[in-house]
Amino acid sequence: MRNSAFSLEGKTILVTGASSGLGASTAIECSKAGAHLIICGRDKTRLDNTYNRLNGENHLQVVSDFQNDENITELSTYLPKLDGLALCAGITKTIPVKFVKSDNIDEIFQTNTFSSMQLIQKLLKLKKINKGGSIVFISSISTSYADKGNSIYAASKGAINSFSNVLALELSAKGITSNCVEPGFVPTAMLAGGVVTDDQLSQEEIKYPLGFGEPTDIANGIIYLLSDAARWVTGSVLRIDGGVTLR
Amino acid sequence: MMKLEEFFELFCEELDDTDLSVLSILTDFKNIDVWDSLTALSIISMIDEEFEILLTGNDMLNSTTIEDLYTLVESKML
Repeated sequence: MRNSAFSLEGKTILVTGASSGLGASTAIECSKAGAHLIICGRDKTRLDNTYNRLNGENHLQVVSDFQNDENITELSTYLPKLDGLALCAGITKTIPVKFVKSDNIDEIFQTNTFSSMQLIQKLLKLKKINKGGSIVFISSISTSYADKGNSIYAASKGAINSFSNVLALELSAKGITSNCVEPGFVPTAMLAGGVVTDDQLSQEEIKYPLGFGEPTDIANGIIYLLSDAARWVTGSVLRIDGGVTLR
Repeated sequence: MMKLEEFFELFCEELDDTDLSVLSILTDFKNIDVWDSLTALSIISMIDEEFEILLTGNDMLNSTTIEDLYTLVESKML
């Protein structure tokens, strides 16, 4: 992979939400592809765990909770110039619309949507995204594939898709691309031990022509979008879902 | 903790288009005609809202009667 257009050799890449799940896997796979990583997450212990699994040396880690706007400002000031961003910070809550509270909306949108928008705004203002850079958002198939109890999560990701499109157009002059990845169901800690039963999980897996995915299946798509191989890809949505939305 | 009867009433409020007169605290709630995944989510959300106890889907699966659920919530509040 090294020296190919798909390599991340020589690139400095920020991965948010790197303490667990898709973010952790993305960080680890990016390091294997040769990137210099700055990983960011809210949980020190789990972030350490990701850090220790990175390939190579001299990566950086920053503990930061995106529920707090001041942390986002601090992070943007601290960060070096970046060639790529993988915005993986995300939370969910399965709750029927009838029970949704404004606190649920605020919390989910703050982490999944507003924090990424604000971080990018600040990094652009500070001129910290290099020409030819790549921004990749983790969105979700839920933006168009409805599931009961998923309204606020789906809406928070739908907003990200729209934001990414406008960002792609605005940053095109600098050769910076902006794209979204829409994962299907990948069993991770964010989704485990919740309101979904083991039985429902097996029922759900039947709907996936290729079965459930692994975190690395998503990470590899993100690496493609971060690499020079995708330099002409912008404003697109890469759906990685094992075929679940085919029917 | 509220009484079992009050819990039963809250439970019934989440059931639409159901003849409540045939229900009791001993009803096997997953066999109620209108029971589906959204009803299960609604009961979980109602319990979260009323008692600040977050049951899992497996908790629901492992309970049979409405009284079982009440007992489970009560045990988690200790």
